[in-house]
Amino acid sequence: MKSVTVWVDGNTSVEVIEPKDSRAVHLTVDGKLIRTTPGKSLLEAVWNRPGIGNIPALCYHPIVQSYGACRLCTVEVEEQGRTRFVASCLYPAKEGLVVRTDTDRVRQLRKGVLELLLARCPEVKVIQDLAIEYGIEKPRFALGVQDCILCGLCVRTCRENIGRSAISLVNRGIFREVAAPFYAYELGDGCVGCGDCVYVCPTGALKLGPDGKPVLPKVHIPRPAAEGLLR
Amino acid sequence: MSIEQVDRLVDVAALERLRQSIIEKRNPFQLRLRICNGTGCLASGADEVTAAFEAELTRRGLSAEINLVKSGCHGFCEKGPLVVVEPQETFYQRVKPEHVPAIVAATLDGKIVEELLYVDPATGERILHEQEVPFYRGQTRLVFGSNGTIDPTQIEDYIAIGGYSALAKALTQMSTAEIIDEVKRSGLRGRGGGGFPTGVKWESCRRADGDIKYVVCNADEGDPGAYMDRSLLEGTPHAVLEGMIIGAHAIGAHEGYIYVRNEYPLAVSNARRAIEQAMAYGLLGKDILGSGFDFKVSINRGGGAFVCGESSALMASLEGQVGEPRAKYVHTVEKGLWDRPTCLNNVETWANVPLIINRGADWYNQIGTEKSKGTKIFSLVGKVNNTGLVEVPMGIPLRDIIFDIGGGILDGKKFKAVQTGGPSGGFIPESLLHLPVDFDRLTEAGSMMGSGAMIVMDEGTCMVNMAKFFIDFLEEESCGKCVPCREGIDRMGEVLERITTGKGRMEDLELLEALADTLRLGSLCALGSTAANPVLTSLRYFRDEYIAHVVDKKCPAGECQALIQYSIISEKCTGCMVCVRECPSHAVTGKRREPAVIDLAVCSKCGVCYDVCRFDAVKRA
Ligand SMILES: Cc1cc2nc3c(=O)[nH]c(=O)nc-3n(C[C@H](O)[C@H](O)[C@H](O)COP(=O)(O)O)c2cc1C
Ligand code: SF4
Ligand code: FES
Repeated sequence: MKSVTVWVDGNTSVEVIEPKDSRAVHLTVDGKLIRTTPGKSLLEAVWNRPGIGNIPALCYHPIVQSYGACRLCTVEVEEQGRTRFVASCLYPAKEGLVVRTDTDRVRQLRKGVLELLLARCPEVKVIQDLAIEYGIEKPRFALGVQDCILCGLCVRTCRENIGRSAISLVNRGIFREVAAPFYAYELGDGCVGCGDCVYVCPTGALKLGPDGKPVLPKVHIPRPAAEGLLR
Repeated sequence: MSIEQVDRLVDVAALERLRQSIIEKRNPFQLRLRICNGTGCLASGADEVTAAFEAELTRRGLSAEINLVKSGCHGFCEKGPLVVVEPQETFYQRVKPEHVPAIVAATLDGKIVEELLYVDPATGERILHEQEVPFYRGQTRLVFGSNGTIDPTQIEDYIAIGGYSALAKALTQMSTAEIIDEVKRSGLRGRGGGGFPTGVKWESCRRADGDIKYVVCNADEGDPGAYMDRSLLEGTPHAVLEGMIIGAHAIGAHEGYIYVRNEYPLAVSNARRAIEQAMAYGLLGKDILGSGFDFKVSINRGGGAFVCGESSALMASLEGQVGEPRAKYVHTVEKGLWDRPTCLNNVETWANVPLIINRGADWYNQIGTEKSKGTKIFSLVGKVNNTGLVEVPMGIPLRDIIFDIGGGILDGKKFKAVQTGGPSGGFIPESLLHLPVDFDRLTEAGSMMGSGAMIVMDEGTCMVNMAKFFIDFLEEESCGKCVPCREGIDRMGEVLERITTGKGRMEDLELLEALADTLRLGSLCALGSTAANPVLTSLRYFRDEYIAHVVDKKCPAGECQALIQYSIISEKCTGCMVCVRECPSHAVTGKRREPAVIDLAVCSKCGVCYDVCRFDAVKRA
């Protein structure tokens, strides 16, 4: 029987002898072989392994299904000689896959996305920190006044974990926002006041109000040109 | 014939007997008037014309002598309402109800109503027959051919021209593997935009695990200016259905959906009627033509957004969820509708299938280029003389479509660019007009085949402004789920706004390219990843126009309001005072017989002075 050396985290490796009926999936992340169970995404496969991979992720949270909206978790995968960019929170871990999480091209792409996020939400700490890490000084766009990045975590946890849909994402494009039914900013009886949405919000855009229910972020469209599109 | 009365066709022989009996009842010398009842001609009054013909024939007691056929779209909608007299094939255009008695009288006497004939603008000659009109002459109508000749609400019309014989052949003479192999060897690629090999898609879906599988027809057609899918579904719904039944049989699906754009009521009603008729004849439903194969089709109205045409968004919408794309790392042929193997093809793709099965892959793959086979229907619009639906063999140069079929540029102006592939297609310049219609060649040039909208632009078009127009469209249509698309397209709009109002900087050109990269590589679906094409191709082929806007603060085409300045050429001005009177902002002053003067501080740049001057004395720059 063959033994393989797999990395548990960035510093620790172990020898594993694969049983014959093993379902394990092996993949190489930034040069280190790791072992995971089938059905996991690439991001999930490295989630609790400090030192393996460098993947920022804003719309991912282990308690809800992956959504693939922020695109910060994009990595390069090599499969059958072809390299491509994929969102690691959704891409399934497959046997033999070669994953690179921190190449120049990947960093360049994340920098582009972060510049867009920072321009939208210049005051949000997590985004500021990531922007510094990726070498952005100042976005080259007019600055917005938003805190919400529309990752949908609040909406998803309310539906998936609480079994309510007290809030949802409404409208298309830049007019998208989080709203209560009937396009209200105040939450009605659908909300049980669990506060889960506030807990998962990565930017602090959602805050708990005095009634124990979240206060929804108001979306402002700063550019007059964009306002012209509002119907 | 009413639907309820027909006998189910128990086998292929019964279908052939039915076909013979329909054909025998028809007289090839019968006088027939084919009146286009497509949406385009209806909009220009085809229903009144049809009613007038009905009334005139009744009044003169001629209903038996002359048959009326309310056909689907003929493609030359611009000249509608269109009427063709058979068997002579006399072609009348822009027909109005008051012309009807003359047409009927002339038809009976074997004469012609001269003034309703089409006049070739190039030669000034009147043209008698449909086939001789340059717009039709250059086309190869294989898929769209019967659209204008049969009544789409009569399944018997379709059967008479050989309809459902491909289905009969597929069910009785071919194994499912042979059907798939035939489609693979034909080289057919998806007509909905991606150009994915259809046979390969069918094969993956056939192989995918699962007892329940679906086939879906994408008739969402959200591209501005494109309407070939609507016209096909309205005019030849049975060809689309026949293709779907063959595909379902090959894949092993027993249920199908047609997802139709909400704004297409006639397509919905014609497709619905086609399904009912096919059901009545046993061409749909249980035990089709006695083969033991069951298949049913339902129609769903679209979610009303451009992005709903994207495969994963379409399936979400069919499931009753919000029509938003999701990542397709597991392909929809494996996990599509309700997580079951699903084969989605475009209307035109499905309509190609009966042709391939009937005439064979070896015949089909003779047409076209090495990797793009068959024909493609385009909707030719913009600044060309002849607009409409155009079916051409793959490989034909763009120039032939625009100049031969399209009759060249309107008002004798110069060609500037053509956009292929819909709102996220690229602009192709004059130097590349020799490019053949071919999936891969168009992609290499920075554009794409897309679903087939072709928008022609003339020298008066500002390419920066045009890029901004499409970016604005896509900005509104982005679903807003992923950051690169939602924020990136918006910011492209911001930068383009800066440039077209004279506030641009040279760094903005690189910024646009960087944004394009983020969109292309980072977006979740193809709406975002292709959105930058108009910007990238305008930067690639028309960079000097960007530089003119940024450095010289000039719009060479004179379209960008903020960069235009009006002035009076004093040598030409006769002092007629028309502009002084007409200027709504009172910015022009002057005395009789003395050159007028424009006060730029007051001028609102509306261009009225430019339009009213009869002496070309107003300069726009
Ligand atoms: C934003 C977007 C809109 C689309 N709209 C359409 C459409 O209206 N009709 C269509 O057939 N395909 C459309 N597509 C392509 C479909 O996703 C899919 O590729 C196609 O229906 C597959 O059929 P085919 O292989 O026969 O082309 C669209 C794709 C995108 C990304
Ligand atoms: S690319 Fe655009 S349309 Fe597609 S998922 Fe992202 S936001 Fe929605
Ligand atoms: S975490 Fe994967 S896209 Fe946001």
